[in-house]
Amino acid sequence: MRAFTLALAQIQTTLGGTDANLETHLEVIARARRDGADLVVFPELSLTGYMLQDAAEDVALVPSGEDPVFRRLLRASRSVDCVVGFVERDRRQQKYIAAAYLSRGETVHIHRKAYLPTYGLFQDGRFFSPGGEIRAFDTRFGRFGLLVCEDFWHVSSPYLLWLDGAELLLLTSASPGRGLDGEGRLETARTVERIAQTYASLFTVFVAQTNRIGFEDGLCYWGGAGVVGPDGRWIAQGPDFEESIVLAEIDPDSIRRARLRLPLLRDERPELVARTLDRIMKQVPR
Amino acid sequence: MTDASPSLEIHPDLARRLLTDFLRTEIERAGFSRAVVGVSGGVDSALACFLAAEALGPKNVLAVRLPFAESSADSLEDAAEVIRRTGVASHTFDITPMAAPLLETIPAKDRVRRGNVLARLRMIVLYDQSAAFGGLVVGTGNKTEALLGYTTLYGDSACALNPIGDLYKTQVRQLAAAMGVPERILRKAPSADLWPGQTDEGELGMTYDEVDRLLVRLIDDRQTPQACIEAGFAPSLVRRTVERIRKNQYKRLPPIIAKVSSRTPGTDFLYPRDWDT
Repeated sequence: MRAFTLALAQIQTTLGGTDANLETHLEVIARARRDGADLVVFPELSLTGYMLQDAAEDVALVPSGEDPVFRRLLRASRSVDCVVGFVERDRRQQKYIAAAYLSRGETVHIHRKAYLPTYGLFQDGRFFSPGGEIRAFDTRFGRFGLLVCEDFWHVSSPYLLWLDGAELLLLTSASPGRGLDGEGRLETARTVERIAQTYASLFTVFVAQTNRIGFEDGLCYWGGAGVVGPDGRWIAQGPDFEESIVLAEIDPDSIRRARLRLPLLRDERPELVARTLDRIMKQVPR
Repeated sequence: MTDASPSLEIHPDLARRLLTDFLRTEIERAGFSRAVVGVSGGVDSALACFLAAEALGPKNVLAVRLPFAESSADSLEDAAEVIRRTGVASHTFDITPMAAPLLETIPAKDRVRRGNVLARLRMIVLYDQSAAFGGLVVGTGNKTEALLGYTTLYGDSACALNPIGDLYKTQVRQLAAAMGVPERILRKAPSADLWPGQTDEGELGMTYDEVDRLLVRLIDDRQTPQACIEAGFAPSLVRRTVERIRKNQYKRLPPIIAKVSSRTPGTDFLYPRDWDT
């Protein structure tokens, strides 16, 4: 991995208003570029808003240069890499909650949300198909992993990306805040913060978490975007509830130092995991 | 063993930030910048008014006082104090002459019917003022009332959006105290003020302090009624509370529609309220 400047964009979105959201993206990308960013990461479903329900069908797009929205984003990615969230439609008319890594006018990687929460206030599984792959990918800065919200509540997702060589985990979310109690931050904010720190520490990787802000039908998104270094310490952290571009300098040497101190990757035994999983999968009816 | 009692404590600064952001954002999403609040002199509407004034600026909030001949004079004065402290615009409409012809047809002893008429008349005035002032009606019902069904359908529960609908009564009091709602309002016995001497706790036959501690276990912490009884709540209180929650579900949802087509609003024509905003 090489040194670069990462920008996390915690933005408000128009629900079902792709054109308005596209303009926001282009403005934020331009602003981040002026601030010296090399990569701008937008939250889950940043081009559409989150609680879409039936509007998912209206905003779904095929991510290619032929799509007018994607064409403009690909053009913007010539100067700054970006990760955008959108509803992807495939050739068989399946829809996914997707995030695309765009760089130098090309789509480098698309991740389809693999775990669709359909409990409590969540309805993802009702309106979307689950993605079927978790895979690290190479960028001009290094090897990254990309996960969308519920994906990173399943510990196997970052684990797989770690084994697949990711040195920076990009976690994007549109996480509705819950748990107003006696603490000064919402319970969900505290939990996501803990998760990011835990993954960074246990996998000795960078973890960059980008969450949106604003309200949709009474659901509040708290923001709180931030980057944790491979030693589990925060490098940068955005404010709660406010629009913000959070900048962080990524120093690749901190991975080397963290892994010298804590050689968890060296000592990890994926063959033991695979063997055990194989046994469990054969034994336990699912 | 750890204490299984969930807390009702809320962080006042966080609650204030979140709820004022909610009001401003959702009202703007709907294309408005102003709000209308019915201010009764009680703590719920006082808090709603304080939040709206802070979210939108006092000039953009219209507090409406809606006294009836039998309303307590203190209520009117307490509402005036809320208006003074927040600096919001205000109007006062005596609903007595509007209510009189209808109340003549309802026996004096049927206090619930008469009370419902007053609650719904207030709704009519608020929605008219909503159109006149160009502001959305801000709800003043709390979570305790909603769960117990202690509310008049299409009356006090009618609103465009509600900042305090997910706060229990005891949490409303906490936030109201932190925001500077007058002490007198915080201290007085909660009342719908639909007839002289009425108090919520007298009518419900339970105190807010106790029922809130029970509700947060049942609803938020998903404890079973039996576990609540074992934790020391009176079996009759638990039974009555569970029964009220179930019986009043209809008040918390839109009306049932007979589904005959292939796509029905609310059932499988599902768009969020903030759609395209």
